[in-house]
Amino acid sequence: MNPETPDGYTRRTVLVTGAAGVAAAALPLAVDAEPVAHDAAAQGPTTDVSLRINGQLHALSIDPRVTLLDLLREQLHLTGSKKGCDHGQCGACTVLVNGRRINSCLTLAVLHEGDQVTTIEGLGEPKKLHPMQAAFVKHDGYQCGYCTPGQICSAVGMLGEMRGGMPSHVTHDLSAPTVFSSEEMRERMSGNICRCAGYPNIIAAIREVAGVAT
Amino acid sequence: MRAFTFERAATPAAAALAMQQHPGARFIAGGTNLLDLMKLDIEQPTHLIDVNRLGLDRIEALPDGGLKIGALVRNSDLAADARVRRGHPLLSRALLSGASAQLRNKATTAGNLLQRTRCFYFYDTTKPCNKRTPGSGCAAMEGFNRIHAILGASAQCISVHSSDMAVALRALDAQVETVSASGAVRRIPIAELHRLPGSTPEVETVLAPDELITGVTLPAPLGGVQLYRKVRDRASYAFALVSVAAVVVREGRTVTAARLAFGGLAAKPWRNEEAERRLIGTDGGAQARDAVADLLLADARGHGHNDFKIPLLRRTLHATLAQAIETT
Repeated sequence: MNPETPDGYTRRTVLVTGAAGVAAAALPLAVDAEPVAHDAAAQGPTTDVSLRINGQLHALSIDPRVTLLDLLREQLHLTGSKKGCDHGQCGACTVLVNGRRINSCLTLAVLHEGDQVTTIEGLGEPKKLHPMQAAFVKHDGYQCGYCTPGQICSAVGMLGEMRGGMPSHVTHDLSAPTVFSSEEMRERMSGNICRCAGYPNIIAAIREVAGVAT
Repeated sequence: MRAFTFERAATPAAAALAMQQHPGARFIAGGTNLLDLMKLDIEQPTHLIDVNRLGLDRIEALPDGGLKIGALVRNSDLAADARVRRGHPLLSRALLSGASAQLRNKATTAGNLLQRTRCFYFYDTTKPCNKRTPGSGCAAMEGFNRIHAILGASAQCISVHSSDMAVALRALDAQVETVSASGAVRRIPIAELHRLPGSTPEVETVLAPDELITGVTLPAPLGGVQLYRKVRDRASYAFALVSVAAVVVREGRTVTAARLAFGGLAAKPWRNEEAERRLIGTDGGAQARDAVADLLLADARGHGHNDFKIPLLRRTLHATLAQAIETT
């Protein structure tokens, strides 16, 4: 989702241009700084990997250090998935791999040979939103929006898990069918942090898509 | 992240052989712990061996009524398996209390067992840590140590093992199956897999460098009431301060069998068979529970910030056993 403004600027180009302005302004202060040696910049061996992302096949030869998140954002420019903590603690990078939600920051792209990856861009588009995206808009399930792509991918994955009968920590009876309660949804969404604390509206959006009365 | 070479192993024995041929290598499965540590420069493998395609992702029924769990079965699949939920609910409960749904979807059975401690000082490369850099000292000993061990620690290390799953497996007497580069296989009782720190806290298990876990076997279901009680700083997605895994079997009002294992106390899932035997033949009442706690905590020692774990464990043990008795 990258809606353009009437004058052709996207939110992203504005942000990037703004950041460049700040960097240029700060430049004189950095003249004496020693160049930082980045081991990550060293040219190493590459590994071949083929995977399908949002339906499109990508055959790549990449540095094996590249995480799935960095492949998506830095090489394929699918910047919907966000880098929050980069350590699996915040959930902003959540994507669906073969239909299951995972933290894309804590996996290497080369581990996903033959996998099908769905990101927020693959779920829906501005003119054709996924029901979960539409519900987040309707219920104001965000404020700053940074965690939102991860929240939405996670919520889609979670409903799949619930419909598949996967239990949770708060499931009272492990042999009973899944209960689509707010208590269950809150526990199951605990891997997605929202620093704006939009949780009540996030749960309201998910309940609507789950078909639970709100 | 430091540079490394990468290969995909085709069989368990080939993976073990690759490890033997590449000193400094690591197996990678779910990667949720290893990649976290590599980004922080705590783990520095020069070669990664991808073991995700070894066909070890099934749960099979054994003739003796037990289960064989493949090393690569994801935590969420293990927790959701109908046979586990029915016969070993303790294991499902422990797994579901750990991490987040995203992590459980990726983390594997073997990886969960081999995850490394979350000691703040192990994670902080600016601080001494005998586990990370042998001989450098232990910053936790005089530091902020509220999450640290009260049993089985040494002057070199007071970190705890962070797994919930391993605590349940300890109570259930699981066995770990491995293969080495030579092709030799062996079975290790879960009680013997993890080592206490002693003077070598960097050596965390009895596994040889080229030994790959291929699976975990569970004996036939124990029955009884099975509970996992985890006490933590927030209601979800946090490591245990203390946890209690309990299996209680009763005939009438009398306890006929009991298993107790504990998390958050030591560098391995903790169990004291002599202490748990004090429940046998009793009604599981407050007096019997105190006798168990007395023996269990006889050698417990806090390090300042974690002194609270001693009374907390006693109370959590009481609460868990009281619930088990009420449920029967």
